Amino acid sequence: MKVADKKRLLREMLFARRFEERCYEAYVERNIGGFLHLYPGEEACAHGVLEAADLDKDYVITSYRDHVHAIKWGADPRKVMAELYAKETGVSKGRGGSMHIFDVKNRFMGGYALVGGPFPLAAGIAKAIQMKQGKEICICFLGDAANNQGTFHESLNMAKLWNLPVFYVCENNLYGIGTRIDRSTAVVDQYKRVSAYNIPSAQEDGQDVEKVYKAASKAIKHVRSGKGPYFLELMTYRYRGHSMSDSNAYRARAEERMWSKRDPIIMFRDRLVEDGHLTKEEYTDMDTDILDEIENEVIAFANESPEPPVSEVERYVLAENDPWVRGGVQ
Amino acid sequence: MTEIMFWEAVLRAHDEELANDPMVLVMGEDVGVVGGTYKATLGLFDKYGEERVIDTPISENGFTGLGIGASFLGVRPIIEIMSVNFAWLAMDQIFNTAAKVRYMSGGQLEAPVVIRSPGGTAHQLGSQHSARMEKVFMGIAGLRVVTPSSPRQAYGLLKSAVRCNDPVFINEHELMYNMKGEVPDEEYFHPLEGSEIARPGRDVTLFGYNISVHWCLQAAELLSKHHGIEAEVIDLYALSPLDRAGIRDSVSRTHRAVIVEEAEPMVGVGAEVMAIINEECFFELDAAPVRVSALNVPIPYNHALEKAALPDANDVVEAVRTMFGV
Repeated sequence: MKVADKKRLLREMLFARRFEERCYEAYVERNIGGFLHLYPGEEACAHGVLEAADLDKDYVITSYRDHVHAIKWGADPRKVMAELYAKETGVSKGRGGSMHIFDVKNRFMGGYALVGGPFPLAAGIAKAIQMKQGKEICICFLGDAANNQGTFHESLNMAKLWNLPVFYVCENNLYGIGTRIDRSTAVVDQYKRVSAYNIPSAQEDGQDVEKVYKAASKAIKHVRSGKGPYFLELMTYRYRGHSMSDSNAYRARAEERMWSKRDPIIMFRDRLVEDGHLTKEEYTDMDTDILDEIENEVIAFANESPEPPVSEVERYVLAENDPWVRGGVQ
Repeated sequence: MTEIMFWEAVLRAHDEELANDPMVLVMGEDVGVVGGTYKATLGLFDKYGEERVIDTPISENGFTGLGIGASFLGVRPIIEIMSVNFAWLAMDQIFNTAAKVRYMSGGQLEAPVVIRSPGGTAHQLGSQHSARMEKVFMGIAGLRVVTPSSPRQAYGLLKSAVRCNDPVFINEHELMYNMKGEVPDEEYFHPLEGSEIARPGRDVTLFGYNISVHWCLQAAELLSKHHGIEAEVIDLYALSPLDRAGIRDSVSRTHRAVIVEEAEPMVGVGAEVMAIINEECFFELDAAPVRVSALNVPIPYNHALEKAALPDANDVVEAVRTMFGV
């Protein structure tokens, strides 16, 4: 990775952190409703993987913890925030909310709220790519707990059976909502579970963005070459509860302190400083700049945007003026 | 017009749509090499290949979700779920994804999948192979539900469903695949909304759909012959959305209504049609509407018990006689 790319990546990760922290505040201010699942602590996963993918070609799909993946994949952060503010200018026109960020023109195929739901959807997107003989791949991010759904096994089986170009990324943050992985899952190393389907897999430190980038590059090369699916497990940690309604009382403070010492942004920053690519002042300026951008552009845009018209509540249920509904008669 | 069997009509629609668009594919359990449990895809595997006529593992939620995901990129999957009882396993993907993705993405994504499945009670298949689930599907916004009563409808509804940009659930019936009927020789697309007058009449409307249309027609003949009552039979081939105008128009002509459904009465087609009658044309009624439904029991294995649990043409006749006091 070039130095300029590393510095850009650091800025993107810091932007993601500040964006999510501002979401927390906006939720407390009651500008954001419903459920809100935040990403701080896990930034190296989305950024390392997607840095290795082709922004102009590939498809991305994920769960409800989806803001950061969407932004990294090209969604306008102002429109993501506007979606959280339930505005017409939001990426999903205020109909989706935090868990349903969609930005289809950038091939961000959505956030889905049923744990494990995207597994087969990702395989299906890959099937469509294969039918069209495309060189694109589909990248599916899900948490460790999703692997206990039937869709995990059903989808891995089909993905390998038909050698579909799908890259499954497991963000293993050690908890399924509030239940620790060893209390819910017989085999805690997730990368081992896919060997049952003869799918190549690896486990990597999800806090080190450069290691993630390297592991993802290898995986993407495999998938894009037509050899079928790949599964990458990234060991990570979410700093906040599962969602805003989660008091986060089930984790030991010592465990949290241990993970905070392995913060993906701080570790990456310190490495860039040590290598002489960045000064502490530059980093502070970067942070100030990001906070200004979020407040003056992102939040301002969300605040000032209009809500969807109530008269349109029944729009988007079915296709509009589809002639085949009348048997092809216009 | 040529008289063909129901399964042949479904097969013809598959064949034509696969030939028409390279993005159409067929997937499901045993649809490929075997040619489909009810022969609805017979020969298509050899003609179009395993990439487009796909034998899936027995993973209903998984392969339904895979089809839905493929449809996001313009693929047109026709998904066969071998028996509607197994569709329970795919409800997550059908309801949570296919039916909602257009709405929750603000119109950016759509899931133009067709899901075909035989529902209904056949002969002594027991509780877990005799489900009638149309009422479950028709209760979900974002999904179209149609249910053919004839080979012509089976052919034309599948053709339109493949072309339509909404997810469409097609409810077929295990006992109807060998039923014969005339199908136009030329290509034909059946509307996905509306209803048909299967038999005109003036005294009472019998509302049916899928297999119960045939019970209604038999009952209408018996009522005409033995009691001089001329029943109109309305075929509700579209269950979602239901044809409010068609229901209103018929009841406004006959002033009496009987709704005939193979399913249990709770939260069903009968209840819904009755509600529409109340909302649309209550003051046209000369008698309280009646529904003829299955008993509220899991379907038994024993033949006599099974027969007792289900409605038939005689039950329709009895309901009308009671209504008229004859």
